[in-house]
Amino acid sequence: MKVDQTKPLEYSTEQNNLNILGFWMFLGAEIMLFATLFASYFTLEGWTGSGPSGSEIFEITPVIFETFILLTSSFTIGLGVHAMRLMNKKATITFFSITLLLGLAFVGFEVVEFFTYIEEGAALQTSAFTSILLSTLGTHGAHVTFGLFWGLFILIQIKKRGLTPETANKSFIFSLYWHFLDVVWIFIFSFVYLKGMM
Amino acid sequence: MDFFDRFAIPHPSPVIYASMVAITLTLVAIVAGVTYTKKWGYLWREWLTTVDHKRIGMMYLISALLMLFRGGADAIMMRAQTALPENTLLDSQHYNEIFTTHGVVMIIFMAMAFIMALMNFVVPLQIGARDVAFPRLNALSFWLYFWGAMLFNISFVIGGSPDAGWTSYFPLAGNEFSQSVGTNYYMIAIQIAGLGTLITGINFIVTILKMRAPGMTLMKMPMFTWSALITNLIIVFAFPVLTVALAMGTIDRLFGGNFFTTTDGGMDMLWANLFWVWGHPEVYILILPAFGIYSEIIPTFARRNLYGYKSMVASIVLISVLSFVVWVHHFFTMGQGAMVNSIFSITTMAIAIPTGIKIFNWLFTLWKGKITITVPMLYSLGFIPIFTIGGVTGVMLGMSAADYQYHNTMFLVAHFHLVIIPGVVFAMLAGLTYWWPKMFGFMLNERIGKLSFWLISIGTCVAFFPMFISGLDGQARRMYTYSEATGFGIWNMLSFVGAIMLAAGFVTIVYNIYYSTRYASRDIGSDPWDARSLEWATHTPVPDYNFAITPQVNSSEAFWDSKKNGHKLFSGEYKEIHMPNNSGVPFIMSAIFFVLGFSLVFSIWVLAVIALLGIFACLAHRSFEQDHGYHIPVEEVKETEEKLGGAR
Repeated sequence: MKVDQTKPLEYSTEQNNLNILGFWMFLGAEIMLFATLFASYFTLEGWTGSGPSGSEIFEITPVIFETFILLTSSFTIGLGVHAMRLMNKKATITFFSITLLLGLAFVGFEVVEFFTYIEEGAALQTSAFTSILLSTLGTHGAHVTFGLFWGLFILIQIKKRGLTPETANKSFIFSLYWHFLDVVWIFIFSFVYLKGMM
Repeated sequence: MDFFDRFAIPHPSPVIYASMVAITLTLVAIVAGVTYTKKWGYLWREWLTTVDHKRIGMMYLISALLMLFRGGADAIMMRAQTALPENTLLDSQHYNEIFTTHGVVMIIFMAMAFIMALMNFVVPLQIGARDVAFPRLNALSFWLYFWGAMLFNISFVIGGSPDAGWTSYFPLAGNEFSQSVGTNYYMIAIQIAGLGTLITGINFIVTILKMRAPGMTLMKMPMFTWSALITNLIIVFAFPVLTVALAMGTIDRLFGGNFFTTTDGGMDMLWANLFWVWGHPEVYILILPAFGIYSEIIPTFARRNLYGYKSMVASIVLISVLSFVVWVHHFFTMGQGAMVNSIFSITTMAIAIPTGIKIFNWLFTLWKGKITITVPMLYSLGFIPIFTIGGVTGVMLGMSAADYQYHNTMFLVAHFHLVIIPGVVFAMLAGLTYWWPKMFGFMLNERIGKLSFWLISIGTCVAFFPMFISGLDGQARRMYTYSEATGFGIWNMLSFVGAIMLAAGFVTIVYNIYYSTRYASRDIGSDPWDARSLEWATHTPVPDYNFAITPQVNSSEAFWDSKKNGHKLFSGEYKEIHMPNNSGVPFIMSAIFFVLGFSLVFSIWVLAVIALLGIFACLAHRSFEQDHGYHIPVEEVKETEEKLGGAR
């Protein structure tokens, strides 16, 4: 394995470069995935049948909490990658851990939110609107949940193996994923919740 | 419904019992054969765990040929049923199932697999690479496709096949009107295979963008590689739409969601839109690689450079963009209004422009060329007129006002078969014959190959031209029978004759493979066609590492340049070569996907959860695994090169 010392660790080998470009392509596919969900959401937004509409079930308080938690986690993972570039293993681990804990808190809030919806009579089966609402939120939430495990695995690897071209590459790609989920959340926050509450 | 009732087929008939027996016997024969010849270890080490793009390509090829016959059997049954008025060979349920599976099998499991086969084998060789960017993912792609196809194919004998058409429009495909598990198979099997396709898309984009031989700029790439790049871009941007649509359909059918229902706000037209937002680009995912293959074969056998390289590239890119803005033309009659229909009419007809450019470029390449008529060239020459007829009738269908007359008639069926057969099937057979010597080290017999070509091309015309007439006379597609008074009988009988000719043509191809395997000369060198691009510059059979020394490229026809103008492709010393390790995980993980799919189809939740955990375990294993591949030492490279006929 040839290591190019002039480049950041995550870009230092040929395979690392391929991995990062490949992940950007994957994010392109993810953008299409969420774009389809959003397009379907806007189409079905008013198709509430006999179920509730968005303005009847959305509550701003938990959503604000979720937003702050997720945006903060995007900041801390940025710090984590910065620490990784400085080859500070301890700080990297700390910031990644904080990120994952914030992610866990986000998922916790979202689970509570889902149960509230179902209690209020807005289940997956209620109407076209609730189907697409819970699917869109659920797809994002499932991504975050998956990310928790993925991030945990990488964390363990950094702890055991240190900051190598391989672990640095994985951490960097994971940070791309995490930032992407944040961007998707900003869209959900603006165009699902805020628009729905107006 | 009782739990076990779901596994019963909704319309038992002797044909289905016969296929049950046939499937069981085949499975037993395969297991017994492999055990008897003690090939399990070989099969596992060399094929099931391989990450080599060439072997994966071959496995795609075998699967595609099998699926061709599977989908072909459906086609023959369809044509046999409608050959006579008031025929009772099949009942309506059975007919619904076979036209649905014919469409799905041919598009998703045959044509896609065939394209993947040629792309996998050829693209890394054409760009002078050692393998694809992510060999392990490539294996995963294949096995997801394979197990998805297997899941779809057992539907016929367990629980019943999907019966709502390959477009599976809701509300027909919803629980209310499609009560058997058939449509569950559709939603889930295509989802699994589609995941594999998406992964291939990402893999090949990175491979083509990052792993080209030094000197090969984007505008020096062979045309097949160009078409593969654009195709994979379309895949990455179109397949997620299908993923979402299938997931919504699955939620509707399994969990009582209300996306596409007719009550509680559901919107059935959303399915039609999402399906075709994927479905139309999918058409171009199939046709662009075919265009790429013709652009390789025509210059080779006309002994001229490809005419209009830049306009070829530009038209591929233009087609890929337009492919995303025409989807409404699949349902002009479903109530969008004149304004929307007109816009989509114009975009649809606009596609004829870049396609026309390509047709003229091929014709100009032939102009004043020294043409040799080989089997691949015959397919390419046959493609141009038949495809043009199919394409021009497509422009007719694209006029939204006139489409009210043609919509859902046999005219439409004739149109899309006459683009897809010369466009895709001819191209795949041409590519198969063309690259066969590189894959297997001998050539397919030319005489039998020409017979196949004539049977298939005449069969295509005989099978589908009559449908134009019966369609204009008002015969609707997907009708399992019709009365004698309609006068459709003669046209359908002609179609049946054409279908038989097509079947005969495909049988001769299999015979050709058998005959050539036994009798063809193995002494053909590495460049039997006197071809132009890099895949012919390496040895036959291609060594594991493809190229011992990475080639230096200076033009879009690098190998031709090296042969005729003395350009030196390979210079430098042998170095040790880094190779990826084989892995069984892609196979195992995809097999677990099959279990997951099966348990979802039949709502066996416990098993589904166990399978999900299994998939998760495979992912975790991959995350923690430290696999740095292995190195082939210089001596071994030297030895292999000398054994294969001297240094290159």
